[in-house]
Amino acid sequence: MLTLDSKIPGGPIKDAWTKHKNELRLVGPKNRPKYKIIVIGSGLAGASAAASMGAMGYRVECFCFQDSPRRAHSIAAQGGINASKNYRNDGDSTWRLFHDTQKGGDYRAREQNVYRLAELSTAIIDQAVAQGVPFAREYGGKLANRSFGGVLVERTFYCRGETGQQLLLGAYSALEEQIAAKQVKMHTRTEMLDLVVVDGKAQGVVVRNLETGEISSHAADAVVLASGGYGNVYYLSTNAKGCNVTSNFRAYRRGAGFANPCFTQIHPTSIPASGDYQSKLTLMSESLRNDGRIWVPRDPDENRAPANIPEAERFYYLEERYPRFGNLVPRDVAARNAKEVCDKGLGVGPTGYGVYLDFEAAIAEKGVDAVKSKYANLFEMYERITDDDPTQTPMRIYPAVHYTMGGLWVDYNLMTNVPGLYSIGESNFADHGANRLGASSLMQCLADGYFIIPVTIGDYLSRIEAGQFSTDDPAFKQAEDGAKDQINRLLSIGGSRTTQSFHQELGKIMWEHCGISRNEESLREGLRKIPALREEFWRDLKLPGKANELNQSLENAGRMVDFLDFGELMCRDALLRDESCGCHLREEHQTPEGEAKRDDKNFAYVSVFEYKGEGHEPELNKEKLSFEAVPLADRNYKS
Amino acid sequence: MRIKLHVWRQDSRTDKGRMESYELDNVEAEMSFLEMMDCLNEKLTAEGAVPVAFDHDCREGVCGSCSMVINGEAHGPKAETTTCQLYMRHFSDGAEIFIEPWRSSAFPVVKDLVVDRSAFDRIIQAGGFISNHSGPKPEPNSIPIEPEVAETALDAATCIGCGACVAACPNGSAMLFTAAKASHLGLLPQGQTERYSRAQSMVSQMEAEGFGSCRNYAECEAQCPKGISIAFIGQLNSDFLKASLIEPVDRRGKMESQ
Repeated sequence: MLTLDSKIPGGPIKDAWTKHKNELRLVGPKNRPKYKIIVIGSGLAGASAAASMGAMGYRVECFCFQDSPRRAHSIAAQGGINASKNYRNDGDSTWRLFHDTQKGGDYRAREQNVYRLAELSTAIIDQAVAQGVPFAREYGGKLANRSFGGVLVERTFYCRGETGQQLLLGAYSALEEQIAAKQVKMHTRTEMLDLVVVDGKAQGVVVRNLETGEISSHAADAVVLASGGYGNVYYLSTNAKGCNVTSNFRAYRRGAGFANPCFTQIHPTSIPASGDYQSKLTLMSESLRNDGRIWVPRDPDENRAPANIPEAERFYYLEERYPRFGNLVPRDVAARNAKEVCDKGLGVGPTGYGVYLDFEAAIAEKGVDAVKSKYANLFEMYERITDDDPTQTPMRIYPAVHYTMGGLWVDYNLMTNVPGLYSIGESNFADHGANRLGASSLMQCLADGYFIIPVTIGDYLSRIEAGQFSTDDPAFKQAEDGAKDQINRLLSIGGSRTTQSFHQELGKIMWEHCGISRNEESLREGLRKIPALREEFWRDLKLPGKANELNQSLENAGRMVDFLDFGELMCRDALLRDESCGCHLREEHQTPEGEAKRDDKNFAYVSVFEYKGEGHEPELNKEKLSFEAVPLADRNYKS
Repeated sequence: MRIKLHVWRQDSRTDKGRMESYELDNVEAEMSFLEMMDCLNEKLTAEGAVPVAFDHDCREGVCGSCSMVINGEAHGPKAETTTCQLYMRHFSDGAEIFIEPWRSSAFPVVKDLVVDRSAFDRIIQAGGFISNHSGPKPEPNSIPIEPEVAETALDAATCIGCGACVAACPNGSAMLFTAAKASHLGLLPQGQTERYSRAQSMVSQMEAEGFGSCRNYAECEAQCPKGISIAFIGQLNSDFLKASLIEPVDRRGKMESQ
């Protein structure tokens, strides 16, 4: 049984964070250099945390598997970042952003965390602008806004379609400033393979230098995991190829609780796959839904070019079904509807798994230049990939795995149940409940990294003696040996199938059994298939190269080991959560209109899985959620 | 499609390296270039050979990892396109394709097509930032920025740090990369305080890393996957010149001694 003390501050939610901050213990500036903090990952969360803590005076060591911290996958976020600045005078406020996020997450997140996120949103914009992030401006030179799915205000700040890139470069430049100041030591092309826990506390990590293959130990007073999401368990996703679950999963195996693993956001607007060789899916920002109208032909046998299909024969299914939000319904609703119309045979494109996203009306109203300038690089990207010009013919889109709301369980201080181990950004579970609203992930990563962890980590550090951990502890040697053993085991299998072929097969199992919609029978089948695939993997893997060199096949195989175990955990969570909520649609629990039907009486909790050892079923722990600020309500985007 | 590949193979930093040739059948026009490379690697693995190492990650043209010189051009034949966004429909059946790593003494080859671009990070460390701590900041709308200026800054800031400019330049100069960052920050009001010291220290670091000098070949702009203009090099040169006319002040040194 895990001890899950969420450390939620009592009292009115509006004052919770301020009150909490005032009560946290601090480490004084003279003492900070005595403490060493390890940060795993250099995306928005990792880079902002490492830079902020470095600037405060802590000694920080940051690790990333890429060749430069600037390449972390936050860079690919397109659309924007939310902040309740209320620049548009349209009734926005911290409360509204909190309420929208909580409602979007279908009441499966902790209220106090979500409120804090909304409260910090405006400071993130201020911080980013001070770093030189060139957000879009209006003619008077003030910051511009646009609206995003699931909300009725315009609160999204953006840099064309490359907001993630600009925010990451802001955080990266802050990180490089601290590297130059010798406050942060950066380890690039270095991957975490294990977490070291001694006396119940996180004391360091074991990593592999991806260029030389050298395995080494690093001890620290605290370890912060900012290692992103695990959407690549589906093989095809919008994640970068290197995104993986290894550091999170290794932490889970060392005692950290894994929360809500099955909560996976399927993004409604990605470019459809074109064949078996497809290596990843490319997202088209959902900001396109502001001006694009989604439709399919009403006739399943339709074979005319889209432009030649008369208005009356087009099925604008989102506008018809959800007149108030229209094409801007939340992501899960849009994704399920797309799958449903395609399953009915109305889909378009060579595979029949696609729907149109049409800019004809917007172009007629605003002119082609206005629409083009708003989405310039997205249109370009689409044309590059498909060879079609979206101003001439509608885009084809289809849902794709995009974001994982699940992650390591953390308390209000962002610390996992393992003392000294923190998890921030997408790698934790905290703020998005069962579904994440658009433009909220950048916000969460930066709130965690710039403003929350720099304060909360001091509370832990001030209670421990600095520098008491050393890599001389036998636990490090043990973890190193474990990592080496796994590598040698993988290299000595000598079978006939490549990691990629196993990964593709796992992806198909996950998509089929634990994808857009789930049911008991299918999940049980998934739970039978994965162990069989794992057994085959360990028996028949063909892995070229050696351990002590740059060996990308070996990197992929190592990540695959954890994906195989983790896929099973996801199916188990999806099976045990016998309700629908947000992105998690159990077919047994839906309204007659196909909407998710929550069961608040039995499932208003966070599922937290506890590792029980190889071959043993993990134990489900529950953190009960309470809803005082925003009472539970049905998530209704229709009226 | 059936294609013939000639790929640079180099086992380690110290290995001399050589070109090796491979034939690949069943290449489809809708495959991306990297998906074609995946097919090659699957084939090599199946044959018991060692697959080709290459950097890649986001595969949507923004992380800047992918880095191949294809038929003599950085990122291949299509303008303003990274390798990962290049599709096989841009090649014809029977095509012969030469694939090499970035070539520059400042980017040593690590293995096959993977190079060490850490010099770029060190150029940023030399001044490619606006000094800041995290914490309360002024209200952004209190400093209006003309949309034209913000857009031009973004044109520069859109650099993905891939290094194609260096690979394309006959001198192996990193001026476009350096100028893009210096201009992005130098154009904005927030970046004015450190504008001239930034120009100076970034250029010095660039030289220290062993990158060549800019001689206005403009190959960098032609092969930049983000189409970054060499006009920014002009701006950096101008700032650098002004900086050298101002008596240098070591603010950081003074601050530390206080």
